[in-house]
Amino acid sequence: MRAWLLDESPASRRQAAAGRAYRVTLDLLHNPLTVLGGLIILALILTAMFAPWIAPESPVGQNLSNRLLPPSADHWMGTDELGRDIFSRVVYGARITLLIVALVAVIAAPVGLIVGAVSGYFGGWADRVLMGITDIFLSMPKLILALAFAAALGPGIENAIIAIAITTWPPYARIARAETLTLRNSEFIAATRLLGASHTRLIASHILPLCSSSMIIRVTLDMAGIILTAAGLGFLGLGAQPPLPEWGAMISRGRSFILDQWWVATMPGFAIIVVSLGFCFLGDGLRDVLDPKSARKS
Amino acid sequence: MSAISLRGVDIAYAGQRVVHGVSFEVGKGESFALVGESGSGKSTVLRAIAGLAPEWIGEITLLGQPGSHRPNRTLARHCQMVFQDPYGSLHPRKTVDAVLTEPLAIHGIGNRDARVERVLADVGLDRRFRFRYPHQLSGGQRQRVAIARALMLEPEVLLLDEPTSALDVSVQAEILNLLKRLRAEHGLTYLMVTHNLPVVSFLCERIGVMNKGRIVEIAPATALHDGAFSDPYSQALYAASGRE
Repeated sequence: MRAWLLDESPASRRQAAAGRAYRVTLDLLHNPLTVLGGLIILALILTAMFAPWIAPESPVGQNLSNRLLPPSADHWMGTDELGRDIFSRVVYGARITLLIVALVAVIAAPVGLIVGAVSGYFGGWADRVLMGITDIFLSMPKLILALAFAAALGPGIENAIIAIAITTWPPYARIARAETLTLRNSEFIAATRLLGASHTRLIASHILPLCSSSMIIRVTLDMAGIILTAAGLGFLGLGAQPPLPEWGAMISRGRSFILDQWWVATMPGFAIIVVSLGFCFLGDGLRDVLDPKSARKS
Repeated sequence: MSAISLRGVDIAYAGQRVVHGVSFEVGKGESFALVGESGSGKSTVLRAIAGLAPEWIGEITLLGQPGSHRPNRTLARHCQMVFQDPYGSLHPRKTVDAVLTEPLAIHGIGNRDARVERVLADVGLDRRFRFRYPHQLSGGQRQRVAIARALMLEPEVLLLDEPTSALDVSVQAEILNLLKRLRAEHGLTYLMVTHNLPVVSFLCERIGVMNKGRIVEIAPATALHDGAFSDPYSQALYAASGRE
């Protein structure tokens, strides 16, 4: 199997693609921090998938006789002001965090990629108009813009996702444009144009694949920021609404008790830190492997 | 009917005129070389014929059809180009197979496997190279892939932009022999740009000498042996090539 994957002369399209993927994976596994980041993300995904089996109690079930209990064997992370088990809420909160991160990435990355590639490829008026719009979005502070959108659209998790997506795409468009500009005049693009390829084909199958690796790196590194923005919106009451166990909203609720019952705000805070770190580690590792400009070549 | 004919062609980049009133004809099956020093506009002429340098005026005719200001599908079936740098002319994330299948996909040509295998054999590449990525190939092998890509659509005219200057000497000879054989086998017309005069005498019948965006002289390639140039610039170029 290993020999088949590392064969220098693959016999089929599938073997060539599999061999490339295998080499990238091998490189990724060489870096312990990347593996740690990957494991954290994997744990986040598994937690989100199996939340009902992992969480000992319901995330919303109240029990006022158990108010504000400190961490113990019964309640690993203690309970909050309504007697809800914080561990269960953090576990269910993984679902919300994952949903936000995944949707923002799915919306913002392709939009930024396409806007940047189209802008860089065609140049001229298309470039000026698209980059003008991008600059307008870039010139405003991210969190404030997200706040404004979330406030305008109304509080709620869907609107928070839309608001964050709207504020994250402009940097991606900038990166994609810069990469496209360096590729646009290269000989392999000229050669493919001479074959009669349409602009759509050139952008979609020649330029985008070359921009996408730096995009994947950037998106992974931005995940931490996205989580923090989502938590910030939740903290300010513009993100997920009670009783949804969103980590930012949980910190916000725990703020009133922070001096006497530290665990209410600290536990979801830990969750945010760990997941953000995981994405950062993974993004760093991906950059080492995927970035063509980094020292180690595949 | 000549394969390529240019009459009074001016070419500009971003409004700046770099080629002035170029006229020459290349007969069908002929091999014509444009020589001159760097910046003399030789490559620009090739790019204008291919449609990659859109700002030209004058008259370009390709196999009886008027020239185009941008690449198009009809042009693609008749005329292809091989670039100078084999490292820059192949997409770094595409296998040889993907590079060679693409022209067939663009033009909706079937029977792709057989065609790819045949062209690979034509350019002397073993079939085990078919699914490799460019970084797994040497410079000469890459240039063979680039030539194979140009041949996929079975064009009559090949534009060669210094096809060997980025390769080392022994590989240069292999590629030149390959180009010579392909021309004989497929009856191709070559228009080649180079500043390497020995390459010209090996591959071409006539040469056009370019200087500062103008063609100063068109001479038979035999002039490279006897020095029968009339223009002072071509004589200087000939003397500089160290063959007197």
